[in-house]
Amino acid sequence: MISIINARKQFSKLQVLDDVSIEFQRGECVALIGPNGCGKTTLIKSILGMVIPDSGEIHFQGKAVLNDETYRKQIGYMPQIGRYPQNMTIGQVIEMICDIRKPNQPLDEELLFEFDLRKLYHKKMSTLSGGTTQKVSATLAFLFNPDVLILDEPTAGLDPISAEILKAKIIREKSNGKLIIITSHILSELDDLITALIYMQDGKILFHKTMETIRQESGEQRISKALAQILQKQALR
Amino acid sequence: MTSLNEQTMKQSILFLLIFISILSEGRTIRVGPTHEIKQIKPALSLSSQGDTIIVEAGLYQEGNIVISQSIVFLGEGMPIIDGEKKYEVLSIKANDVVVSGFTIQHSGVATMDDPGGIKVYYSNHVTIIDNYLYDNFFGIYMQCCKNCLIKNNKIVSLGKEEQMIGNGIHCWKSDSMLIIANNISGHRDGIYFEFVTHSVIWRNISTYNIRYGLHFMFSNDDSYFTNLFRGNGAGVAVMFTSRVIMINNTFEENWGDAAYGLLLKEISDSYIYGNHFVKNTSGIYMEGTNRIYISMNVLQSNGWGMKIQASCMDNTITNNNFVSNTFDISTNGSLVLNTFNENYWDKYEGYDLNRDQTGDIPYHPLSLFSVIIEKNPPAMLLYRSSMVMLLDKSEKVLPSLTPDNFIDHKPRMHALPL
Amino acid sequence: MNRIIKFILLDIVKNKVVLLYTILLAAFSWSAFGLEDNSTKGVLTLLNIILLTVPLVAILFATIYIYNSAEFIELLLGQPIKRSKIWCALFLSLCFSLLFAFLIGAGIPILIYAPNDVGLMMLILGSFITVIFVSIAFLSAIATRDKAKGIGISMMLWLYFALLFDGLILFLTFQFSEYPIEKMMIGVSMLSPIDMARIMILLKLDVSAMMGYTGAVFKEFFGTVLGTIVSIAILFLWMWIPFFWSLFKFKHKDL
Repeated sequence: MISIINARKQFSKLQVLDDVSIEFQRGECVALIGPNGCGKTTLIKSILGMVIPDSGEIHFQGKAVLNDETYRKQIGYMPQIGRYPQNMTIGQVIEMICDIRKPNQPLDEELLFEFDLRKLYHKKMSTLSGGTTQKVSATLAFLFNPDVLILDEPTAGLDPISAEILKAKIIREKSNGKLIIITSHILSELDDLITALIYMQDGKILFHKTMETIRQESGEQRISKALAQILQKQALR
Repeated sequence: MTSLNEQTMKQSILFLLIFISILSEGRTIRVGPTHEIKQIKPALSLSSQGDTIIVEAGLYQEGNIVISQSIVFLGEGMPIIDGEKKYEVLSIKANDVVVSGFTIQHSGVATMDDPGGIKVYYSNHVTIIDNYLYDNFFGIYMQCCKNCLIKNNKIVSLGKEEQMIGNGIHCWKSDSMLIIANNISGHRDGIYFEFVTHSVIWRNISTYNIRYGLHFMFSNDDSYFTNLFRGNGAGVAVMFTSRVIMINNTFEENWGDAAYGLLLKEISDSYIYGNHFVKNTSGIYMEGTNRIYISMNVLQSNGWGMKIQASCMDNTITNNNFVSNTFDISTNGSLVLNTFNENYWDKYEGYDLNRDQTGDIPYHPLSLFSVIIEKNPPAMLLYRSSMVMLLDKSEKVLPSLTPDNFIDHKPRMHALPL
Repeated sequence: MNRIIKFILLDIVKNKVVLLYTILLAAFSWSAFGLEDNSTKGVLTLLNIILLTVPLVAILFATIYIYNSAEFIELLLGQPIKRSKIWCALFLSLCFSLLFAFLIGAGIPILIYAPNDVGLMMLILGSFITVIFVSIAFLSAIATRDKAKGIGISMMLWLYFALLFDGLILFLTFQFSEYPIEKMMIGVSMLSPIDMARIMILLKLDVSAMMGYTGAVFKEFFGTVLGTIVSIAILFLWMWIPFFWSLFKFKHKDL
């Protein structure tokens, strides 16, 4: 569904994407992990067209994304740190995005209700806590029933209950056959979500394996342990 | 209507005078289509000293008409004497001649012998009154005359180029002339004086002439009062002259690259009082002038109120109003030998704490920008730009580039009621 | 795009700076006309105020607003909207609001006190100046990510166009005072929209005749139909070039 072909990106001297090629399929739930500054966010942003690779191409359903914005209709994006116009209220932000996207199918307001955001509709974005801002981001990402969900550190800053609500929602959407790309540092919460794992380091993809292979290779059920084993093996090699 | 009445009244007085003169001596010869004498020249040859010739309305084309005896030459109903663009129309070569009530038109055009509508040669006590001179090379030309009166004439020409047209009233080597209430336009110079002394120019209107409204050269001891000079190519020029008195004249709308309200060049011991200089490129331009007293004048809305070149000395400029000029004063040198005192400057921003109606701090009328422009005219591009205003303001506070003795120590707080 | 413009305009209105600017301009204009005894003097006084404040407010407000809209831009970028649309919408709404403020604040008094071609010229050129400096603001805002640096650049550009450029011209005229540079100066004046606007209005005020030979040369150019067309075209270039440059940079910017 999304294919990244030989993407390269350099910020001044730092090579953040170094010849990255990945293929994402419908129905997958892929975790993108790696140390800080390994290029995860840059990769996500290049998929969204917010960062333009120096070379290489990104295709969405076979079409190059450069100079075409319509594909973003099918993507819901939840940023790591959601930044919103400070003097707008939650209600206005949601209303504005609705107004701009002009959805032709009913909105998916599940999260809106589960997070109970309607109560906070009149609150200005500047007064919100980090967690509430994340809830708004999550709600917006799922609101238009997109085929692809890109979630950058979705549970960071969320309280455990909200985090569970979000996880449950992700699982539901996965079962609806959507492509979900998640980056996270908390490996434990990915356990029952993901179908594949991509490990990035220094702008390169160290490995890209399905959970099945990982579990088979490592013999571990938990991602954190499996990952540690794999990394160890690679280091030895 | 009033002018008509005035005209008829003046004419009747004149006729009365003539009547008296007829009683005393001389005959009256009538010229006109209904009379025995149908042309002017035969009448002139018939006439003798002291006679009166009355010409009735009509068109008279008789080449050059010469009056060589002391006669009274009157037009009735503005008869037209036409020079057919070939001849000098009327030549006067006798003393005590009166010419009145004629339309004199289409004199010849030449630059060698300067033909005029009316030209007076070496004569005294000639009176030229109430005539209309149209499209002549020179209007009225006085050559070596004395004690003549030129009054109430309307002198119009259609000059386009300076070389192709003469002056409206041209006086050369004359003395004691009275030039009163004439209306002149479209000539080279409206009124031109060269070597003319002890004369008075009063209540004339000289407008839209190609060069100067009034032009003085080497003419001492003259005065001009209450004249209007408007829209002339270069304004009014007074040059190489001493002892001229200029009172209550209006100099306005003399626009152009080299246009002045009043151009003073090499003149001395003169008096400029109560004049209005409005909307001229330069109100007064002074070059090589000495000992001139300039007082009670209004200099308003000019590009430069006064341009005083460094060659000017001992002039006094006092009790004048300087209002909304682009530059009040400009000069090309740093030496100042002229006195400014008690003028009103609308650009003055000082205060008057002791309430004596004069500002407590002196005024520097010379702005830095005007000094810059004097040296460097293209900088005019920056006129009214913020940077120039900033420069001027800082120069006002701390004069460093402008001559610091260019100063009015007692600037007025309020304009004089002029 | 209209929807985005609507949202930005609403936000600008809430901002109150534009309202303050309108009141400021109105206060300047009414007092300029009220204090001077004739409308020509009022126009001249107002001319300087406009040529200083309008560019300053336009460039500063626009720069700051663009930086403050970073979140807004980021939010929209994740949505199916063309980048150029976001940038254009921002440009248009800033121009609209500042033009509106200018036309209300300065336009009403000008039309009341000087309802002639000079007043009209002033309104047209004031509008041009507004848009031109918003356009320049976009360029300086895209030049750097650092807000303080961006505002610094804007201030410098304003200072340059409002004051330093004139200093440069003065220097040039002295350097080349031996040569007939009047015609060249016409070309040089086109390098600063503020100078062009000032000269065009002064020539309309007919103080040109006062300027002697130099004024005559300017009038010969700016006074003709061709000259007017050329100068208007130059002003349009001043409007479009900085903005299009910034648009190009924005399209290729990583956010």
